[in-house]
Amino acid sequence: MEPEYILKMEKISKEYFGNQVLKNVSLLVKKGEIHALVGENGAGKSTLMNILFGMPVIHSTGGFNGSVSLDGKPVEIASPLAAMENGIGMVHQEFMLIPSFTITENIKIGREICNPGFASRLLRTKYLEKINMVKMAQDSRIALDHVGMGIDEYARVAGLPIGYQQFIEIAREIDKTGIKVLVFDEPTAVLTESEANQLMNVMRRIASEGISIIFITHRLEEVMAVADTITVLRDGELVGIRKNHETSVEELAEMMIGRHIESMAGKETTDRDIRFDKLALETKNFYVDMPGEYVKGINLEVRQGEIFGIGGLAGQGKIGIPNGIMGLFPAEGQVKLFGKELNLNNMGEALKNQAAFVSEDRRGVGLLLEDSIELNIVFSAMQTQNQYLKKIGFLTQINKTEIHDFAQRMIKTLDIRCTGSKQHVGSLSGGNQQKVCLAKALALNPRILFVSEPTRGIDIGAKKLVLNELLKLNREKGVTIVMISSELVELRSICDRIAIVSDGKLVQILPPDASDVDFGLAMSGTHTKEVAND
Amino acid sequence: MTDRLKSVYQSLGLPRIIIILFFFALLISAGLLGLNVPSMFGDVLVRVGMNGVLVLAMIPSIQCGIGLNFGLSIGIIAGLLGGVTSIQLGLTGFTGFTFAIALGVLLSIPLGILYGMLLNRIKGAEMTVSTYVGFSVIALMNIFWLLIPFNSPSLIFAIGGGLRVTVDLSSFYKHILNDFLAFNINTPSGVITFPTGLYLFLALCCFLVWLFLRSKPGIAMSAAGINGKFALAAGINENKTRILGTTLSTALSAVGIIVYAQSYGFYQLYNAPLMMSFAAAAGVLIGGASVTRSKIFHVLIGTFLFQGLLVLGLPVANQLMPEGNLSEVIRIIVSNGIILYALTKSQGGKNE
Repeated sequence: MEPEYILKMEKISKEYFGNQVLKNVSLLVKKGEIHALVGENGAGKSTLMNILFGMPVIHSTGGFNGSVSLDGKPVEIASPLAAMENGIGMVHQEFMLIPSFTITENIKIGREICNPGFASRLLRTKYLEKINMVKMAQDSRIALDHVGMGIDEYARVAGLPIGYQQFIEIAREIDKTGIKVLVFDEPTAVLTESEANQLMNVMRRIASEGISIIFITHRLEEVMAVADTITVLRDGELVGIRKNHETSVEELAEMMIGRHIESMAGKETTDRDIRFDKLALETKNFYVDMPGEYVKGINLEVRQGEIFGIGGLAGQGKIGIPNGIMGLFPAEGQVKLFGKELNLNNMGEALKNQAAFVSEDRRGVGLLLEDSIELNIVFSAMQTQNQYLKKIGFLTQINKTEIHDFAQRMIKTLDIRCTGSKQHVGSLSGGNQQKVCLAKALALNPRILFVSEPTRGIDIGAKKLVLNELLKLNREKGVTIVMISSELVELRSICDRIAIVSDGKLVQILPPDASDVDFGLAMSGTHTKEVAND
Repeated sequence: MTDRLKSVYQSLGLPRIIIILFFFALLISAGLLGLNVPSMFGDVLVRVGMNGVLVLAMIPSIQCGIGLNFGLSIGIIAGLLGGVTSIQLGLTGFTGFTFAIALGVLLSIPLGILYGMLLNRIKGAEMTVSTYVGFSVIALMNIFWLLIPFNSPSLIFAIGGGLRVTVDLSSFYKHILNDFLAFNINTPSGVITFPTGLYLFLALCCFLVWLFLRSKPGIAMSAAGINGKFALAAGINENKTRILGTTLSTALSAVGIIVYAQSYGFYQLYNAPLMMSFAAAAGVLIGGASVTRSKIFHVLIGTFLFQGLLVLGLPVANQLMPEGNLSEVIRIIVSNGIILYALTKSQGGKNE
């Protein structure tokens, strides 16, 4: 009797250095079905797939708990090679293709069909056999036809449109004999709409031939269009398994996001004067060329005195916005700070206009790891505002006492845990490093503060403190805050308005108490009003 | 007590402790072999002073992010040009010395800027490229030294045109710093002369560099050298600070060669400066600098150890292996061996 499920991953738990990333998650895939795996960034999708593929990162961090079985038989997948031998294939998000090779060569790479030739007979080694290009091309043709690609199998990969490259990847996986499960990791992220549609057709065709597909994505419409069964993960836990006809985009969105909003203490006590005729930040047609986080034309209006949130999934461009404004990546378009237009090509222009930035790249952009807390805190203020310097004739010298006093004050107010203000920031914990970054921004006395992923990689206690500090800064000093975060809970806990960015564009600005459904839909790129009109 | 030992150990780092122990081992064996240790010590003093500024030139280059400046010869050339011009003009004493330095620095600035611009285009491979830039400049100058239309008899070959390979400074400003306020120290086995002026000058240079590193542009330069993105976030152009550091390094090496020459007594032209940047690099590395971080302390201790090993190592080796030809071989092995060891330790000790 054939087992009901071709792939069973049961009760999977995984810890990275004491940090539980998967808790008792199961994934059951039937033969020939398209099974969607849905979740936000950090929900545990990739970890689950890494386990399935036996990636070294799993085994080098202590393995996992739970069992995996294929075709009813338990299997140990110790390496990606073992996964391949067991009939598990993967279509990667970043294409693993060699541009200067032909399509055939790319499809057959590592599995070339060879005939014995003179040299191999002479030296009695397989390594010198001749490649049978004709046979390989025939195989490739079959695989390409399968995915509905009429393209010449001898064409070179270099220069082909991105969509084609995706299909070549798929063709390569199909061409492998004995493939049982095929994983598509966010395949539509780089495709145009028509290509995405074609891809979904191909997926249906592959599935109808008995190959099971695991479809990882956060685009819920696509899930609804193609998947038979949907597994939703959130924070490393299994939230639910749904059949396609039993569920809706709205329900999935809610399952994906659904978290309680805890409002920060002190959020309500406010009589701030926030008006649209007093803008702190205004962008028009704003483009940023930040690899992986492209911003493609964003218009925003942030009022003076508000806390403005920018959310969205990773790689959708939300992080590009502050980086472009602060001049860390090339940007185009119009940006006004307090009514004054910035010259985006001019280095440090935003800093001169009373803006400060806490970077998401703490250890890269944010800090000099080998230097003292003191120097890190005052560096920007010293360089852009000539603070903490004393003049001796034409010479400027650092003012050690002033720096020391300020650093001590910051260590106290922000509760930076350290052995002293001379400690190297590299030896601080993530949360304390983040506080140093915050202190560095505060040293500038900004009127508008951009904070990017302020709580990434820091523990809960520190998270709360950082958020509290931002709130205090806003309420007590009237600093306008633009907070960019992947964590919706966080944004909803302190922001006045939250803009959701998808594919480099603004989807919608939502109030923090908007429903989970609205947020979920906006993050997958759908404007809720459009849905309402359907 | 153990805490103090620990902090000394940490501030020096293992490589330096090994070299210091080796240095003492040499010192003791020199004494046992009956060599004149005090006079050798006097030699070390002079050599530290004369090489110090050249080693100091490594600091701005390391701090600004280009790593060790193996193109030190660019600055050396500028210094030599300043020097030979002062002789052509017949300037002697402090006038000549000051003129040589002023002209050398003046010439080194545009060269340093060009060199810095070049290094900005080859980020990531600075040390390899600068080595060959240094070599090429020497070759270019070999032609120049032959063609330069100077006619002072102290400069040109007795027969035919072109400058001499070594220009004697006896009648110009030989030992002008060494003899300034110099005093003698009597030891049981001879008299050591302490070159006060040389050390005062080195101290002045160190002080100026120290001041610079604590100034606003100096701090910006050091930060950009370590983390260009961090500097950019504060509105600092990394390329400009790199050019600044390279130029300073070049200018310091121009001063350095003149200090070196007045102590040595000769300007050495043509291929003589070819390897000088290696000795300077080894000096600062032995002192504990890494290719991204350096301090003036590293320069002083490194120069002392490097020169100390050279001065002590050779006579000791000669005594142990008196066969005539070997001494030259040993000299090369010892000096290059120290450089090699320094380069393998280029991560630096736990310096701070």
